[in-house]
Amino acid sequence: MQLKYIDEFRDPGLARRVVDSIRTLWGDRPPMRLMEVCGTHTVSIARGGIRPLLDGAVTMVSGPGCPVCVTPDGYIDAAIGLGKRPGTVIATFGDMLRVPGSFSSLEKERGQGIDVRILYSPLDAVEIAAGSPEKEVVFLGVGFETTAPSIAGAILSATERKMKNFSVLSSVRTIPLAMEVLVSDPEVRIEGFLCPAHVSTIIGSDAYLPLAKKFGVPCVVAGFEPLDILYGIYLLLRQKKRGVAAVENEYSRVATPSGNRKALDIIAKVFRECDIAWRGIGVLPRTGLAIAESYAAFDAQRKFGVEIPFAEEKTACRCGDVLKGKITPRECPLFGKACTPGEPYGPCMVSSEGTCAAYYKYGVQ
Amino acid sequence: MCLGVPARVMSVVGTSATVEVGGARREISVLLLEEVREGDWVILHAGFAISKLSPEEAQRTLQYLREISDAAEIH
Repeated sequence: MQLKYIDEFRDPGLARRVVDSIRTLWGDRPPMRLMEVCGTHTVSIARGGIRPLLDGAVTMVSGPGCPVCVTPDGYIDAAIGLGKRPGTVIATFGDMLRVPGSFSSLEKERGQGIDVRILYSPLDAVEIAAGSPEKEVVFLGVGFETTAPSIAGAILSATERKMKNFSVLSSVRTIPLAMEVLVSDPEVRIEGFLCPAHVSTIIGSDAYLPLAKKFGVPCVVAGFEPLDILYGIYLLLRQKKRGVAAVENEYSRVATPSGNRKALDIIAKVFRECDIAWRGIGVLPRTGLAIAESYAAFDAQRKFGVEIPFAEEKTACRCGDVLKGKITPRECPLFGKACTPGEPYGPCMVSSEGTCAAYYKYGVQ
Repeated sequence: MCLGVPARVMSVVGTSATVEVGGARREISVLLLEEVREGDWVILHAGFAISKLSPEEAQRTLQYLREISDAAEIH
């Protein structure tokens, strides 16, 4: 089956020629250290075998852009706690199911009787609530700016329908300030950012201007297909070679400089900025989106008086360092031994978009 | 988790639309778009169209890709 606007950006012949052009552009300079921020990029790079193709020209490190991976165990504990209330349905994206909390996971608890439903869209959770007025439906609102407006849209829909049995346990995060924290960390040493595709369709490529200006780090928004990624890397190398740090947009077919105004307005209406804990990283100021006062009736934390504690136990799992790009998964002592996709120990191995899962599945060295 | 797929809008009623994606038809929300018409291409994520897709910009990007790859062959 032909997939328009996907197949063209997977053309292997053109990809080979773009790799040649990258080699020609960069010559024998030392490799540029680039971070792909988004988990969807991480998977695409691993699946496409892009790292070995560009060996010596770039060193790609993976960032914290897998929402499931950075959700702290306290959040999973809180979700399990809510699920144990009689008559409660926990509605969630499938990736959350196996993420470990401090003592269990939703998957294990599902076996013990918690009603957990896997959904494709937050709107499906609103429909479940509408169809089961005797139940309390709690949607696990996890994601970045890509998903934030869809979660907000579900809350608006529930508001319009005057629903009393729908709420969201928000763990929504925003990306640019987290990138500033990473670029300021001398241990991470990022020389350029491959910026997320669909986060950028919402926030716009201009959102990265402070990173380029304040920190002098080249930023390129790139789509998720192999040719998008290769072209994004080409543009980053070209900036470095020219000694500039700007924001460029490879994904102009979808992302614009100013983003999706309507989606941003809906986010601003339904959410408010807050400090939030990132698993393995800690609390990052102003990188969370909590539900705004005017929509408090749909905020599961307020509705049920739920606290989300943040206290991480020190273990041998090095997901935190993987999420910050400080180490690659193979430098973790548990990788491929005590921690595999079949028996995951840390969240980066659980999520299909986790860096460890991508490295394991595609045999990335 | 941020995956999105290109989908073609077949019809629009209020904030709902029918789209075709990979040969299948789906009902989605277009609440997040300013304006959308039959025939438009959008990016579908978690049941919502989160952005429009510009066929002209897609062609332009492919053209740039061909140009840089041709330039490499000349060197």
